[in-house]
Parts: sequence; structure tokens; C-alpha cells
Amino acid sequence: MIPAAFDYARPTTVDEALRALADGGEDAKILAGGQSLIPVMRLRLAAPAMVVDLTRVTELRGVRDDGDALAIGAMTTHSDVIADPLIRESAPLIAQATETVADRQVRHRGTFGGALAHADPAGDLPAVALALDAEFVLAGPGGRRTVPARDFFVDYLTTALAEDELLVEVRVPKLEGSWGMHYEKFNRVAQAWSIVAVAAAVRRENGHIAEARIGLTNMGPTPLRATATEQALAGADAGEAAIAEAARHAAEGTAPSDDLNARADYRAHLAEVLTRRAVTAAVGL
Amino acid sequence: MTAVEDRPVTAGPAKEVGQARKRKEDARLITGKTTWTDNMVLPGMLHLAVVRSPVAHAKLGTIDVEAARSAPNVVAVFTGRDLAEEQGSIPCAWPVTPEMVNPGHPSVAVDEVNHVGEAVAVIVARSKTAAQDAVELVDVDYDPLPVVLDMDRALADGAALTHDHVASNESFRWIFDAGEAGTGSSTDEAFANADVVVSRRFVQQRLIPAFMEPRSTVVQPQGDNYTMWSSTQVPHILRIMLAMTTGVPEHKLRVIAPDVGGGFGGKLQVTPEEVITLLVAKRLGKPVKWTETRSESLMSAHHGRDQIQYVDIAADREGNVLGLKVHILADMGAYLRLVTPGVPILGAFMFPAIYKFPAYRFDCQGVFTNKTPTDAYRGAGRPEATFAIERIMDELAVELDMDPLELRRRNWINAEEFPFTTVAGLEYDSGDYEQATQQALELLGYDELREEQRRRRESNDPVQLGIGFSTFTEMCGLAPSRVLGSLSYGAGGWEHASIRMLPTGKVEVITGSTPHGQGHETAWSQLVADELGVPFEDIEVLHGDTAISPRGLDTYGSRSLVVGGAAVVNASQKVVAKARTVAAHLLEASEDDLQFESGTFSVRGTPGSGVSIQEIALATFAAHNFPEGVEPSIDADATFDPVNFSFPHGTHICAMEVDTETGMVSIRKYACVDDVGKIVNPLIVEGQVHGGLAQGIAQALYEEAVYDEDGNLTTGTFVDYLVPSAADLPHFDTGNTVHEAPGNPIGAKGVGEAGCIASTPAVVNAALDAVRHLGVSDILMPLTPERVWRAIHRGGDGGDRATAGTNAYGGAQTETTAGVSTPESRLGGDR
Ligand SMILES: Cc1cc2nc3c(=O)[nH]c(=O)nc-3n(C[C@H](O)[C@H](O)[C@H](O)COP(=O)(O)OP(=O)(O)OC[C@H]3O[C@@H](n4cnc5c(N)ncnc54)[C@H](O)[C@@H]3O)c2cc1C
Repeated sequence: MIPAAFDYARPTTVDEALRALADGGEDAKILAGGQSLIPVMRLRLAAPAMVVDLTRVTELRGVRDDGDALAIGAMTTHSDVIADPLIRESAPLIAQATETVADRQVRHRGTFGGALAHADPAGDLPAVALALDAEFVLAGPGGRRTVPARDFFVDYLTTALAEDELLVEVRVPKLEGSWGMHYEKFNRVAQAWSIVAVAAAVRRENGHIAEARIGLTNMGPTPLRATATEQALAGADAGEAAIAEAARHAAEGTAPSDDLNARADYRAHLAEVLTRRAVTAAVGL
Repeated sequence: MTAVEDRPVTAGPAKEVGQARKRKEDARLITGKTTWTDNMVLPGMLHLAVVRSPVAHAKLGTIDVEAARSAPNVVAVFTGRDLAEEQGSIPCAWPVTPEMVNPGHPSVAVDEVNHVGEAVAVIVARSKTAAQDAVELVDVDYDPLPVVLDMDRALADGAALTHDHVASNESFRWIFDAGEAGTGSSTDEAFANADVVVSRRFVQQRLIPAFMEPRSTVVQPQGDNYTMWSSTQVPHILRIMLAMTTGVPEHKLRVIAPDVGGGFGGKLQVTPEEVITLLVAKRLGKPVKWTETRSESLMSAHHGRDQIQYVDIAADREGNVLGLKVHILADMGAYLRLVTPGVPILGAFMFPAIYKFPAYRFDCQGVFTNKTPTDAYRGAGRPEATFAIERIMDELAVELDMDPLELRRRNWINAEEFPFTTVAGLEYDSGDYEQATQQALELLGYDELREEQRRRRESNDPVQLGIGFSTFTEMCGLAPSRVLGSLSYGAGGWEHASIRMLPTGKVEVITGSTPHGQGHETAWSQLVADELGVPFEDIEVLHGDTAISPRGLDTYGSRSLVVGGAAVVNASQKVVAKARTVAAHLLEASEDDLQFESGTFSVRGTPGSGVSIQEIALATFAAHNFPEGVEPSIDADATFDPVNFSFPHGTHICAMEVDTETGMVSIRKYACVDDVGKIVNPLIVEGQVHGGLAQGIAQALYEEAVYDEDGNLTTGTFVDYLVPSAADLPHFDTGNTVHEAPGNPIGAKGVGEAGCIASTPAVVNAALDAVRHLGVSDILMPLTPERVWRAIHRGGDGGDRATAGTNAYGGAQTETTAGVSTPESRLGGDR
């Protein structure tokens, strides 16, 4: 289908982008890779009056070593994320999850920031950002602010971003110690979204699990942490039985939906199985 | 002596038929360097957008089109009432019984809408954008009526009606009883005397053909003549049907199907949009284009399958089948389109399959519901039949505690019994089921996989393995005209071809069988190259334009090669016969003394004499030196009407892994051996088998058109209607046996539908074989992980899926893609 008519701005700096956003008022939308926005505009589920295209804002692109964290520019494409040596080194979970996103064509246009700002509960990256305790740097007319992942994802397709703000970069803390990571995605065909997925990062110490961080994809309107499982794993033996036992709590506190891929009870079951598999792989068993 | 001199003197150029030629049409099709219908741009062309119903069943109140009419660049807006006088009804060419109820199918709804996506108004604008923008401005009053969705309930007493003006939701009831027809014995007696009776209810879910190129139509009026370009499988049928429904006389209408990007039966139709485009062009006297969006295509282009099958099989304790009873509810959807009622009837004769049933009864009810009409989809009727019989054979094997292959062997027709007349009255032409099966078992590595299955079972492995069979046959090469007549079909089944010999020695082949991706240009060139002895490259195949190829019945039902190709061969042979007369004249010899080899006529026993068919073509063009009383043309045409169908067969074996923890199924190995008779081009045959397998496997595992309780299609985008890609399909181990078809000069059997017909039951049987020991005896298609998991852990057949679409893309559904937005449908809406 054809989107409804809209005005279009293509700024080259963050400041210009913020001004264009302000000028556009409440019906302005940011366009990143367009892989989520353009389809909903074509289906006329969204009809913004003004589209602010960030593709020429070069300062938003690329991955920086920022001391104790990696800073991933919002406009870094999925394919650049996958190829980035810093990410491979310090946050392989991000690269692994991004490899499961859509197909090659989509990954060449879609962006890290766009996927997070879109906050699709079935999207793969929000749960990863949540599991890694990422921080979101937002720019607005009044300057910049930093929002932790647990506060960034507010509701279904809703984030802490105000209408006049844009996401500049995402800071992913470098993890100290011996961490293993794994993203376990469950979907029916190669290019499909997750029915449920689990992002696990596990720190091992002396044959035990010292710390586990587990993010759940599509187990509610926002990405969630499997807190009960994390607690059960802290200090647990790094063996199959303990992991399986802890994984049985994975769906606690979640609110998955019913849709044609899965009803809620089946999603809850999947969360348990996939958490067990993700943690087992992350531990390196 | 040199190597060259070593060659035997008689060796001509290698035969074209049998060579794995790369398809000559592919470069332009794959790179898009061709004119698809939507690429057509004509001076002054106007664009259409269709306003579609967001409700499944309602009386139409006022339709306020004023805002749309006065929108920028809008030229006109038409409602069903504006077009009521001219639009007639979408034709149904297959009234399967004299009493069949056809409610009539207006192209644009007039008084009532009967499914979501039905056209209620048409916008005509100077640009596609302007037309699309105005869609939202049309304000339609819908007065809701009860929605009929479930076939079992639709037939119950006191059921709400799909159409206000029909007496019930039954369109027809069609019965074939072998006992009454004299082709078998009484089923009642067979069942009364049986040791074992197994009864099952199978569901053929609703599918969407999902061709790659969306439908598109352009109409150009010139005086009282009209040229229509349309992305259709059936330009010839379309022309006749449009003439009969719209009153534009046949000789004033030219229909062109340019290159067409797939159809799978989905473009075997006379669509409302084709009628609308023609009528609007006629009214306004301007060229008009309509091109659908993918969302429109999924919700309003016809769907396929959708049957509930009640199947009973009777056997003795030793496993000899005694009788088969089939009762089918076939969902017509809201209307009857071109061959809607005929689809289940095409399957009626195939339920007995390759087995020697003494007794058979088939009983089919066509049922209306408030859903998109169904019609042909790859295999049309035969996949449904094959699924039912191959599934119930497995169920019978379980009941008898017999090996499923052993049961099949005991009952199938043996090689030496061909031709074999079945209990359904068909005469199967040729084949060897044992040979194909042996070969397929070897391709699969059957014994090893059975062994692994045993190990996994014993160790209680969370991943279980199963092996499923489908030893199928099908009837194709549609079709002997007399048979179609006996089944009340509105047309014949012949095909036409002509050959034009050009003065420079090049050849034009005109075929009435219009391709939409099958590779006719390549295969026909191979046939003609061998018949005429001209180079493959010197042959051009013309098709798809009623002004160039005036007679034809188009492409469907695996008919092109076995009917259309046969006409090409016959026409070629007529060319040779005519050329022989000319050659005899030029060589001053008697026709009887001439031999024709590798494109050259020569006098037998006189080496060095000779005239090529190209030289004869030039001599014919000049006509200076021509035999007395012979017209100067060696062109010829032929119409081939087959006396019988062709019956490809094969054995398909699927090995399936089932993750019992998640319900995820994945194909471990797939092997199939198909007998499609003589193979003209092995590459094309393999391609057809692969594509067919993909679609058959897709029915088993992925695809389903899901409606919610209000009649919205929730699988309204490819996010939810899952079409698998190469990444989701296994490697296919394919093979062939060759038993030529006696019914056509090529010896070929159809291959277009075989893979699609055969594979679905093999896949489902394999999954069930993996988990039957866990108490599972059926799982509804598609085998979603959730269904498989539920069947294993909660019992039953996996149950219906939740109807809500996934939340990706904000949960796009027909409610919203119909162009009507509700507060809930906005991005970030309340879901
Ligand atoms: C066929 C297909 C399959 C897909 N499969 C998957 C999958 O399996 N898993 C998955 O996770 N994703 C999947 N996606 C989505 C893909 O990851 C998208 O790239 C991503 O969701 C959005 O990124 P984008 O850059 O394209 O954002 P856009 O579509 O341009 O924008 C998305 C939203 O974010 C907002 N936005 C974007 N950037 C900013 C910013 N810097 N600041 C503030 N707001 C911003 C936009 O205004 C818009 O609302 C798929 C997409 C397609 C087309």
C-alpha cells in the first residue's frame, strides 16, 4: 500500500534533527532504517505528518570504546553490529541475537537504535539490552539524559522517549570476570520474529554460577528479566540439574499474550525450556 | 585416424528432449527485464483503488462517496449500485449439479457484503496515490448480520444464513457411489462384512495461493475495442467469460497475459477486479490500471483447500482393504467463482488412490461461509484426496498393527496390472509403485533411520524421530473434453498450437497454454527442435495474447506439456508432412523415397542430395517453384484433445524430528521418487518437484488462513501467513522412474502438482510416527510447535490456534488493512 502523505526532513546533525522534531510537533516521527516504521505507514497503521530521517546523521553511527562501556550509536545498522569487533569482544550476546533478526536485506537497513526505540515485544534486541543492563542516552531540546534499560521500556511499543527526544546511543557496560552468553530464539521460519526468546549472560566462578542475567523476549508487553530464575542461579552449581530447577521459575511474573503462534500457557512453558537451554549454553555445558 | 573420423557417420545432433537445458526465459524473468502488467504505462491512464468491506456480513446502508469524489485528483467513484446494471455476476463455469445454488457474485457489492475484503466501492484517480488516499474518505453504513464461519455449524438446523436470499448454506450435494455407477460393489455390504473399520475426521485448513507477483489489470479502450492486460493464468478463458458477463462482444475484446509471476491456481479466475477495471475503462473511455497490494491479495484473491473430511475405511484382519467411504464438507466461502464447486469434485476420483478398493462411496457438500471464496490451488482437490487416503492408510496400519508400507504393498495395483480401471472408474495408464518405493527407500537410507528411531525411543530422547510415507498417484493433464462434459464443466480440455515457419528458417511456436513461470518456452523449443531438426535457439514460443494465440485453454491442472505440448508435437509433424511434399518437388523425387533426419529431407540411398526444412521455408516464402495445386505454406496447427488423463505417481518418504519439549518439528530428510513419464527437461521437472514439495510441506507445517470470530482474516500479512523460504526447507533427495504415458505423443505425465499433492501426508505421517507411542494419533495442520506440544502433553489434536495476529507491525489485520482504521489499530494502539 501507499503511505499517507507526509512532510520530510533529512537533517545531518543531532541538533538539526531535534529542531526538525520540534517543528514537526506531535505528529512527527523519526525514521531510522524504516524496517518497522515504513511497513506500518504503508499499512496506514501510522500516518505521521512529518518524517525526520536520521540516515544522514553520521554522528549517530558506529561503535565506540567508552572506557567501562561500549557506546553503540543509535543508527548503527544490524549488519554493522554483527561485524563489529568491539561487540564481538565485549558483548557477543548482542551480535548473536542480531544475527537472528530478520534477513540480510533487513539487517542492512534496520538499526540497533530503531529496534530498541520501536520496543516491539517480539523484537530480539530489547531483552538483550535489558539483560546487559544497558543505558539509553536520549537527546531532547533541554539536553541529554541517560535512562537505564529497566526504565526505558514502558509498555507495548512505548518507551521513555518523549515526543521531542531521540535516542542517541546505547551504553553497554563491559562485563568483568568470566562471562558466558547465549541467545536462544524460538520461531517458526527463518525470517520470523520470536515467539519467545531468552537472552542469558552468566558469570562462572569456581564451578559455580556467581551471577546470571536473563532477559525474556515476548513474555509481556515489554522485555522482562527472569528475576526468580536469576536469584535461584546466583551461587548455584553450574550443572544441569541446578539449571533446570532454576529455569522452572522463568515465567514467574510474566504476562505473555495469546496469539496464533502461541497461547499464554505455552509461552510460559517455552520460557522455561528456552531459559534452561540458554543458561546451559551460556555456562558452556 | 583422427577422432572426428572415428564417429559413426549416422550420428546426428543430440536429441534436445531429455536435456537439462537452462530455461531461456529465466534471465528476463529473474532480472525483471520484462513488462509485468503493473509496469504498463499508457498515456492518460487512470488508477483504481478498491474500498473493501471491513465486516464479514452486513446489509449495505448508505454509502457516502462525496468526500472521496471531491478529493484532489479523484476522477470518479463508483459503488455497486452504480455498476449493478452492467456488472452481472462473476461466472461459475462448473455447476456440479443441476440443483446447485449459486447466490450470484457481484464484482462490487450492491446490497449486502458477505466477506471481509469484498469490494464496496471503486475510486478512480489520476494517480495511484490519490486513489489510495481517497479510500479512507468513503463512508459506508454497515448493518451487521450474523456471521457464518464454521461449516459444521453452518449446516445445522436453524443456522444463520451466509446470504439472505438462499434457503440454506448448502450450495450442492454431489455423490459418487461406485456400486450405483457399476464400477464397484456396495459399500454398505463391504463395511458390514469387514473385520476392521477405521473412521477419522481430517481437516484441510484454508490456504492462500500467495503467488509472487500481485494481481494487476490494465484496460485500454480504443473505440469500441478493448485490450486488457492482466496477470492471469487464463487469458483465453478470461476473454470468453468477460464477453459473456459484461456484454463487451468477444471479438471486441483482446486479452493479454504478459509475463506472469506465478499463479498456483490463484490466477485461474475471472476476478471482480478484472470486471471492474473493464467497466470503468468502458465508462470513462480512458485506460485504467488496478494493481493490488499484498494485503488486498491475501484477503480478497481466492483461497484454497478448506475441507472437513469424514473418512471411513474397511478391511479384513489380513489388511486387505474392502471399502472406502468419504464424506466431505467443502468450504466455498461466500461466493462461487470460476471453478469453486468443481475443486472437491476433481478430488472425488482420487480417494481410492493406488489401492484396489472393491467398494467406494464419495459424498460431498459444498458449504457457504462468510469468508473469501475458495477455488483452485495447486493440486485442486487431489491434494485433499491424497492426504485423506494416505493418512487413513497409516491409521489402518496402526489398527491392524501392520507396517504401513506392508499394508500399502498388499493393496496397491501391481505393475503388471496396468492399465487398471479403479473403483472410481478411472483407467490408470502406467507405472510401477514397487520400483518407485524401493528407489525412494534407498535414497532415504530407510533402514538406518528406522534403527535410529528405535534407539531414540528406547533412550526416551527428547527429540523423537518418525518416518512417514505417501505412495501417491494423481490424475492430471486436464482434460479429456468428454469427461469434463460428463462432469458438467463449462468448457473442453483440448489445447491448441501452431507453428509458423519463417523465411529465414526461424520458427515461431504459438501455444494456447499460457505459462506463468513453468518454462514452456524452453520445453516447447526442445520438442520442436527435435521434431523439425532446427536449432533450439532458432525457436521462439509465443503465448498469452488472444490476438496472437487465438485458441487455447491456458495453464492449470498439470496440463501444459501433456496436452499443450502434445498439440505442439502434432503441429510440428504436420509441418514436416507439408514440407515433405515441397521437398519431393524440389528434389524431383517421390515423397515415399524421402527420409527426414536432423532437419533435412534426402532421397534414400542418394548421399549428398538433400534440402533442409529451413530451405523449404524460404522456398515456400518465395513460392516461385512450388508443386502444382499446393498452397504455398508449410505452417500448421493442431488441436489435441486427450482421450485420458495422465497418472503420475511416486513414493515420498519424510523423516521428521520432533522436539517433544517444545513441539518444534523439523524435517531430517526427504526423499521422493516420482514417475512423470517421459522427461523432456530434467531441470524443469526437478524445479517443479522442488516447488511442489515446498508448497505441500508448507501446508503440513506452516500455512493457514486464520479468521477470528468476527470473520477478520488475522493472517493478513506475511508476518502471520507463514510462507517458508529455502532457508526453512530441507535438502530434497529426488529421483525418477519412467513409465511413459500412452495417452499423448510425448509419453509425458504432468509434474506441476505432483510434489504438492504427494508431500503433505508424508510429512504429517512422519510427525505422527515420531510421537504415536506418546499417545498422539492426529495433529491438525499446520503442525505449529504449539499444536504438536499440546497434542503430546495435553492429548487431542493440538486444537485451534488463538486467532489474534502476532503483535509485530502493531498487529496488522484485515480490519485495519481494509483501509478502515479504528482506535485499536493505530500504531501503539491498545492491545
Ligand atoms: C521482514 C522483517 C523481519 C523482521 N524480523 C525481526 C526479527 O526477527 N527480530 C527483530 O528484533 N526485529 C525484526 N524486524 C525489525 C527490524 O529489526 C527493524 O530493523 C527494527 O525493529 C527497527 O529498526 P529500524 O532502524 O528499521 O527503525 P524504524 O523502522 O526506522 O523505526 C522504528 C521506530 O523507532 C523510532 N526510532 C527509530 N530510531 C529512533 C531514534 N534514534 N530515536 C527515537 N526514535 C527512533 C521510529 O520513530 C519508529 O517509531 C524485522 C523487520 C522486517 C521488515
